Amino acid sequence: MAEFAAHTVKSFDEDIAQLRAVITRMGGLCETQIAESVDALMSRNSEAAQTIIENDKRLDALEAEAEALAVRIIALRAPLADDLREIVAALKIAGVLERIGDYAKNIAKRSAVVAQSQPVAPAVIIPEMARVVVEIIRDTLDAFVDRDPVKAVALLQRDQQVDEYYNSLFRALLTFMMENPHYITPSTHLLFVAKNLERIGDHATSVAEMVYYSVTGQRPAERPKNDFTSTVYSPE
Amino acid sequence: MNQNPAPKPAIGHNAVPKMTARDVNVFYGQKQAIKNVSIDISAEHVTAFIGPSGCGKSTFLRCLNRMNDTVDGARVEGRIELDGEDVYASNMDVVQLRARVGMVFQKPNPFPKSIYENVAYGPRLHGLARSKADMDEIVESALKRAGLWDEAKDRLGESGTAMSGGQQQRLCIARAIAVDPEVILMDEPCSALDPIATARIEELIDELRGRYAIVIVTHNMQQAARVSQKTAFFHLGTLVEYDDTSSIFTNPKATRTKDYITGRYG
Repeated sequence: MAEFAAHTVKSFDEDIAQLRAVITRMGGLCETQIAESVDALMSRNSEAAQTIIENDKRLDALEAEAEALAVRIIALRAPLADDLREIVAALKIAGVLERIGDYAKNIAKRSAVVAQSQPVAPAVIIPEMARVVVEIIRDTLDAFVDRDPVKAVALLQRDQQVDEYYNSLFRALLTFMMENPHYITPSTHLLFVAKNLERIGDHATSVAEMVYYSVTGQRPAERPKNDFTSTVYSPE
Repeated sequence: MNQNPAPKPAIGHNAVPKMTARDVNVFYGQKQAIKNVSIDISAEHVTAFIGPSGCGKSTFLRCLNRMNDTVDGARVEGRIELDGEDVYASNMDVVQLRARVGMVFQKPNPFPKSIYENVAYGPRLHGLARSKADMDEIVESALKRAGLWDEAKDRLGESGTAMSGGQQQRLCIARAIAVDPEVILMDEPCSALDPIATARIEELIDELRGRYAIVIVTHNMQQAARVSQKTAFFHLGTLVEYDDTSSIFTNPKATRTKDYITGRYG
């Protein structure tokens, strides 16, 4: 890792620190939103789900704040080299985190429907899947704050675990639906919940790629993809 | 501005360099200002020299057409070639050299003569015009290429010093162009100009690219990023990094380059 001498203009460093802080807050809020949306889903707590839906507005506001800060820095400081890469990365990361927040909100919305039916057995994998996804987001944001390309590139492998959870849940839910046709509605919602978590994993991984690029100026090697569900015909 | 800009050759096309410098050392008395600089200057690119004050970039620029000859105690070692010819050879005609390698300075310095005479001075000195009509054509063409014709054509008899700063600088560029040079050296050509005049010079540099090899020294990092295709970073008399401009400004290899362009220097 490169060492980071302070800028001659101190307020430039303050601006960047402020932008990093907003991104970190967004990351923290995403972790909470995902964890709580899955809690609400599993515990059938519609009130909690409503709070999560409300809280998504905070993520939207933070994204707007990050964008305003980044635009200001670009306009006033004309950043170059690693500064420029970091600010562009921060701008993109803010957008991705906002999107991740939307997925969490969507999980909360679906929990209301799921709560109206009997429990669907394969759903027990979902909290485990969510735990891994939250971990990836936390470590990705750590890599961003520490400007650590080694940590960032290591994260690119972790998404495979999420994909594997998704594959097995996909098959399990398909089987479950065949055997219990009157459970198709909650099962379909759970399938979307799982898909949301899988998408969050992909987004978090793309954030790790942005962190890697921002620090090193190089693109990481192509990452492995393990989501094969788009080619599954029937759960053999 | 320019009626018929020359087609620009593609960037990245590998041609024989217009100028080469090998192991150049420059001393001012005891003090060494340039240490072992080797660089190739391409005819088809604009090359920017950047670096903090006192890093040697202007000194090196001035070596390229022997402007340092006039500085007392200055001594140049190493080899500088223009089209393979040794610039410092004893039989090199320095006046001829400076016609081939023209220069534009930081502060516009038109002669206290008419606009016409400012441009005609060089061609007359070098006997480039056989007749008044010839000279008129040279003056018009140089002023057109410098993007000054429309503003100057009705006031050719007025003094060059009566023009605005930006116009004066374009007049100096027209003066350099009039002798049909191969290389144009620009030493911070915009630092005394307002943003509009600066933009016009940058536009002009872009139009002249491909027709002349252009080397520009600038303190304005954004300007270097905008107008050049190759950038050389000088520090304490050494050439630290020389690469495509896009690489230098988005992903510099050397820590010293990065610290300088991101404003962490010193």
